[in-house]
Amino acid sequence: MYLGRVIGSVVARRKVAGLEGAKFLVVQPLDDRLDESGPFQVAVDTVQAGPGDLVYLVGSREAALALDPYFVPVDAAIIGIVDRMHRPERGDDEQNWTP
Amino acid sequence: MRLCKVIGNVTASVKHHTYNGLPLMIVQPLDGTSMAERGASLLAVDTVQAGPGDQVLVMSEGSGVRQILKTSPTSSPIRSVIVGIVDAVTVDEGGES
Repeated sequence: MYLGRVIGSVVARRKVAGLEGAKFLVVQPLDDRLDESGPFQVAVDTVQAGPGDLVYLVGSREAALALDPYFVPVDAAIIGIVDRMHRPERGDDEQNWTP
Repeated sequence: MRLCKVIGNVTASVKHHTYNGLPLMIVQPLDGTSMAERGASLLAVDTVQAGPGDQVLVMSEGSGVRQILKTSPTSSPIRSVIVGIVDAVTVDEGGES
């Protein structure tokens, strides 16, 4: 799983069966320093994330398991909204995170 | 598996239900010989009480995760888990063996 920043959304009216009702958000993958760690991607949202949210995602087959019914044809799913990151190995002293 | 260092952890109140109660750690992949940081950090569920600074083994394959966490095969969007805390690494520096 990996961190990401929600930077937009995508609407696609014509799509394969199984994706009806899926909400697509544009996400910039990040490492824990909040540096970009790959090209931005479109992921299905399962936690009502919004623009600017720091989220975490899962990829490949496990993304398809994030939705009900499972095995929806997606390869990236947003499955959590980050409240707090604590990174002692990066010098964080108390619980803090950068929005 | 990948050799990684535990950087810290992430907390989230709004998340997929299968993550409830599971510690979610930030892990930084390491280069096998120099132990230098290599590539972007990722997130992994901890199953061995690893702490910041620990060198750990991270396994990233869904069915193996479900076997470890005993989660349902139909609703377990977890792909990476920490499966071991490393005590020692020895790498043969290119000698024929």
